[in-house]
Amino acid sequence: MPDPILALRDLTVEFDTEDGVVHAVTGVSYELQRGEVLGIVGESGSGKSVSMLSVLGLIPVPPGRIVSGEAIFEGEDLLKLRGRRLRRIRGGPVAMIFQDPMSSLNPVLTIGDQIGEAITTHAPETGESAARTRTIALLELVGVPAAERRADQYPHELSGGMRQRAMIAMAIANDPSVLVADEPTTALDVTIQAQILEVLKAAQRETHAAIVLITHDLGLIAELADRVVVMYAGRVVEIGDVFSIFDAPRHPYTAGLLRSRARLEAEGAELEPIPGQPPSLITPPPGCPFHPRCEQSRGREICRTEVPELRATDAGAEHLSACHFAEELGARE
Amino acid sequence: MSEILRVESLVKHFPLKAGVFRRTVGHIRAVDGVDLTIRRGETLGVVGESGCGKTTLGRAIVKLLEPSAGRIVFEGRDLTPLNRRQMRPVRRDLQIVFQDPYGSLNPRMTVREIVAEPLRIHGLYRGGGGKRRVEELFETVGLNPEHANRFPHEFSGGQRQRIGVARALALEPNLLVLDEPVSALDVSIQAQVVNLLDRLQTELGLTYLFIAHDLSVVRHVSDRVAVMYLGKVVEEGTRAQIYTAPMHPYTQALLSAVPIDSPTERGGRARIVLEGDVPNPASPPSGCRFRTRCWKAQELCAQEEPALVPRAGGEHPVACHFAEVLPTSDAASRR
Repeated sequence: MPDPILALRDLTVEFDTEDGVVHAVTGVSYELQRGEVLGIVGESGSGKSVSMLSVLGLIPVPPGRIVSGEAIFEGEDLLKLRGRRLRRIRGGPVAMIFQDPMSSLNPVLTIGDQIGEAITTHAPETGESAARTRTIALLELVGVPAAERRADQYPHELSGGMRQRAMIAMAIANDPSVLVADEPTTALDVTIQAQILEVLKAAQRETHAAIVLITHDLGLIAELADRVVVMYAGRVVEIGDVFSIFDAPRHPYTAGLLRSRARLEAEGAELEPIPGQPPSLITPPPGCPFHPRCEQSRGREICRTEVPELRATDAGAEHLSACHFAEELGARE
Repeated sequence: MSEILRVESLVKHFPLKAGVFRRTVGHIRAVDGVDLTIRRGETLGVVGESGCGKTTLGRAIVKLLEPSAGRIVFEGRDLTPLNRRQMRPVRRDLQIVFQDPYGSLNPRMTVREIVAEPLRIHGLYRGGGGKRRVEELFETVGLNPEHANRFPHEFSGGQRQRIGVARALALEPNLLVLDEPVSALDVSIQAQVVNLLDRLQTELGLTYLFIAHDLSVVRHVSDRVAVMYLGKVVEEGTRAQIYTAPMHPYTQALLSAVPIDSPTERGGRARIVLEGDVPNPASPPSGCRFRTRCWKAQELCAQEEPALVPRAGGEHPVACHFAEVLPTSDAASRR
């Protein structure tokens, strides 16, 4: 693969809690290529958000702790940056969009002031009127009607969809090369989700940024992602091209997740859930974290004793799976 | 099939208060004239986006909220005039399961006490029989009875939702109102709970009012579906009518907005992206409430509220002056 814009290597993050140490992220490695949309999919507790938030210095330390790893962005390890140097990157070349715009926008500043501030913080030479012009242009780009007037409103005066648009405008204000979107449509209704999806596509066309799309929603991944990282219990279990992941999953968890969905076009037949419950992250199961719920394992010993390595599979050299028996899934197709 | 529940012109308004004296300055018209019928043994799905009134409707039906107007007839009996005490015997047959498996279980009670509580309130928890009944309920919903002495926080989201279902089943109800029963759960766990509800319906002959915003899940579980928008039902029909030949522009837009199942379907669906947001339910638009976002809206839509009746040769009721099946015939199909 060509030179990635962001590379995570062997990231391990833990949290101290009253009940013990939570192993939130364990030995996670993945690369983000320039201009691509990389989907990170997983259920609650899979570590999909924590891995990226750690890279951006956004997990509380303590109780959080980065045990090991590096995150190379433009030749620099983000995990080693502190204070002002990290802030210069966040909101500049690496920008973020969160699930809940209400808690990430400042309630006492107008939308326009916040976007303007994002611009002038990273480009102090920008004059006030130039910042204002750019703010309006950004709001128009993300489809905020009557942008001039909206810019003077406060977050609480806007609907959820409009706030999410404003946050996307703020995120792309400094022409980022990496855009991290953490569950960007989860809090929104389906008709508003469809709108925001279009806005995200427009934002990418405009900035050519690489997007890290963190979500539990396989539909969103199907719509937008070029490549997919599947996480389970703090580990990466599968990586591959989005078409390959959906058509030829090589990890039993991914295959199970795809099968368990209720689909808009299917009715009647019983759903196929993944049996069991997600594992405890305080006392994760030995060996493969998925083995207690896995139908492929069928009690084989290696699944209980050895953590499977992420490796290339018969589905392609770029399609990696952390399953001892990945090829059996291929044989079943 | 015989009717188990009939809702007639149901209205629930919430007063909107403002100022120092908390004067009522208006009303949120959460449910604004809804008619529904549920037949014994079927599942009626109610779908709509936030603020459409679907949750208020569910709570008004079980009288957790006092309706402002209209009638609720359950098993031939008008529930509307009943007070709390008079409702108690009705609750044996009419139960509700809530969305939030975290907030709806008392954290200070063991799950055994939670499931036993309705039995105690109704004087049905006596000696060994009560204990056995609770254990039986645990098994019914797929929980290990040995875990009955644990507290809610010791269970995962999916398990907690099973506890909520066990509690609702304790009194052997006939009708269950399920308010977003799976939307707080992870996908792999959602399917477990949906299958559990399916199985219980068959085994216990239950009737469901299934309220949800997830159109795929509603299609999976429902026999008939009602689509709500701003406090009103805009279209109602069998699952096939709603999902394969929807006639209301809102239903069509809603279905087209659902994310695709697989990347191979990219660009294959004509997506209707609605403009703007849902209007304020305190001052809904005149005439048709959907007209401010509708691409078909004309003069007539602002002047006259469309009645929920069969239209344009269709067989199911739809509240649109210009109702028609989309030319592609199947709004949910993308190819």
